[in-house]
Amino acid sequence: MTDLLIRGGRVIDPSRGTDGVADLYVKDGKIEAVGRNIPSQPGAEIVDATGKVVAPGLIDLHVHFREPGFEHAETIASGALSAVAGGFTAVCAMPNTDPVTDSQATVGFVVRQSIRAGKARVYPIGAVSMGQRGEQLTEFGEMVQAGAVAVSDDGKPVKSSHLMRTALEYAKTFGIPVADHCEDMSLAEGGAMHEGLVSARLGLKGIPSAAEEIMVARDIILAGLTGGHVHLCHMSTRGSVELIRWAKAKGLRVTAEATPHHFTLTHERCEGYDTNAKMNPPLREAADREAIRQGLKDGTIDCIASDHAPHHYDTKEREFDEAPNGIVGLETALGLAIRELVEPGILSLPELIARMSTVPAQVFGLAGGTLAIGAPADLVVFDPARRWVVRREDLHSKSTNTPFLNETLVGQAVLTLVGGRVAFERPDRPVS
Amino acid sequence: MTTPTLGKDLIGLEGLSADQLRLILDTAEPFKEVSERAIKKVPALRGKTIVNLFFEPSTRTRISFEFAEKRLSADTVNVASSGSSVSKGETLVDTARNLEAMRIDMVVIRHPSSGAAQFLGDRIGSNVINAGDGKHEHPTQGLLDLLTLRDRFGRIEGLKVAICGDVLHSRVARSNIWGLLKLGAEVALCGPATLIPRELVEVGVQIIPRIDDAIAWADALNVLRLQLERMQAGFIPSLREYNRVFGVTKERLDRAGKEIVILHPGPMNRGVEIDSDVADGPYSVILPQVTNGVAIRMAVLYLLAGGAPEWQAI
Repeated sequence: MTDLLIRGGRVIDPSRGTDGVADLYVKDGKIEAVGRNIPSQPGAEIVDATGKVVAPGLIDLHVHFREPGFEHAETIASGALSAVAGGFTAVCAMPNTDPVTDSQATVGFVVRQSIRAGKARVYPIGAVSMGQRGEQLTEFGEMVQAGAVAVSDDGKPVKSSHLMRTALEYAKTFGIPVADHCEDMSLAEGGAMHEGLVSARLGLKGIPSAAEEIMVARDIILAGLTGGHVHLCHMSTRGSVELIRWAKAKGLRVTAEATPHHFTLTHERCEGYDTNAKMNPPLREAADREAIRQGLKDGTIDCIASDHAPHHYDTKEREFDEAPNGIVGLETALGLAIRELVEPGILSLPELIARMSTVPAQVFGLAGGTLAIGAPADLVVFDPARRWVVRREDLHSKSTNTPFLNETLVGQAVLTLVGGRVAFERPDRPVS
Repeated sequence: MTTPTLGKDLIGLEGLSADQLRLILDTAEPFKEVSERAIKKVPALRGKTIVNLFFEPSTRTRISFEFAEKRLSADTVNVASSGSSVSKGETLVDTARNLEAMRIDMVVIRHPSSGAAQFLGDRIGSNVINAGDGKHEHPTQGLLDLLTLRDRFGRIEGLKVAICGDVLHSRVARSNIWGLLKLGAEVALCGPATLIPRELVEVGVQIIPRIDDAIAWADALNVLRLQLERMQAGFIPSLREYNRVFGVTKERLDRAGKEIVILHPGPMNRGVEIDSDVADGPYSVILPQVTNGVAIRMAVLYLLAGGAPEWQAI
């Protein structure tokens, strides 16, 4: 591994509250020094980061890598490559694979595949219940021992309040959060998009905002009952943001994430039955999008997570109500966040990096999210001003199901280091 | 002023202008007469090949399209989902490409998924006519309802039409709403709140919760079929109560003491949403609707195939 001296970048480290032009020296995979005018080091390659931002590597608490079971859509290796191309050095993989990640053996498999891939760190999230069937708790202790960083039945809500309660209580022993996909299935069943004017016009069954909010309220109440840590996945409604704000004011252990598509798009995007606008939770209304943005600004929403959900094009190329939910998001997250949150002045760049790196690391208790001396050199160098067009052939994921194809985003990773190793380097191209 | 055309496909009435709607209705007029002849055939679509692709059971619409096609001298093939490669798991896009490869001119599609007709139209070069897609639209039904109302009242503009029943799941309702609003009618929706999407108020309809009030307000009622499975799904407690609270009954019409035109897209559940003595009564235009259906479909097929609007029956 070559040592690197990254020179002249704007070094932003929310973990220490620092932001300024500096050099950063990576030695033996660790951050050795940060400061002005670090002299050339023997054996260290020099990277010119003038005009770029040097930040702790982005961390995504919510991705779907489809391996094992659906390797035609994504593998852990292809997902981990997509991650580093998007500036992410660590991602947390949801357990809804086939078989479900619900034992120490399946957790260990994800860890091994992550190491073999050697790109972003892929941390497994274990299922809450065996087979995600919502009946019997999985062996949290053994899964944590094997490398799981959280538990979740994501894709499905934890329907039984009793199971959610016991999961929150039991998870406390191991210091892990229970991440919940909040959806009251009796309201949401069969829904294909947000319930509103667009669904009424298109003749598609809607999912009311209440389906999410009811479960958010329940989870908050159970967090209060148990003292456990509940992490609310992909929040999409203004009501949810209000509920979380209330919970945080009460001092409950509630954290929340929101996706780039929920702070960027609204349900009007489903016009024309574009299946790349079909996701769960669905795209909602402008007022919801605004509430998500404000939640990210005031910290009600702790972090940005992509909910990267690759699907083979065949499965999306069909009738809207038959198509699967979700879009890929790792390579568009940063460019959307800068375009939608930083450019309009909702977040400063340091605040954005906090929401995409430092805070998510804290929420799941992961290494990273910092440029502290001695920390592993998980970092990203990105050009915050680069305007680039999302092209299918440029994406690294195995799947390209995204509604942002051919859109111009702002900001793109140019170099991603994981443990000091160059995990991704973008061939420098003229700005399009 | 340039004469409007229809474009490649007929997916829904939402996408049409008032001029385009009037063009179709006007084109249907001379076609009505064709069906009254001893020899019910004109050569307008001779040499055109049309596939009727029905992924859902249908009697009235399928036969109506078939008659319209045959009376225009087109060559037609009927494909139903059972007994075709669809039942072997072929995707809609593959079915579409295969039809395209056989160089057909037009596809009439009925499909249980909202958006299926547009999906097909976006992917093949042939003309696509929506014969009902899920809960989205059923444009030819909406058009034949407009034609029937125009026959009866001599105009659409200013008419008060109440659409009664299960609007939530009804493609007929959506096509009617757009068609009526664009041609200047007033539209009200009436039915149990569980089956009325209240968001539609934003497009310019009003909601009248009680059927008696709707009858008092309206010049015409378009009574929708109540799918019997809605009761199992919990939208209404019972068919009996539905009839008592929302049914269009002779007593209610008598109480209103005025002439009111009754439309129903069929098939009817007699004694549920509509009583037999209303369906068979003097104000019912249910059978004229069916007759007009053939003329409307002939007009749509003719116009999409590139027929000139000034065409006159020969």
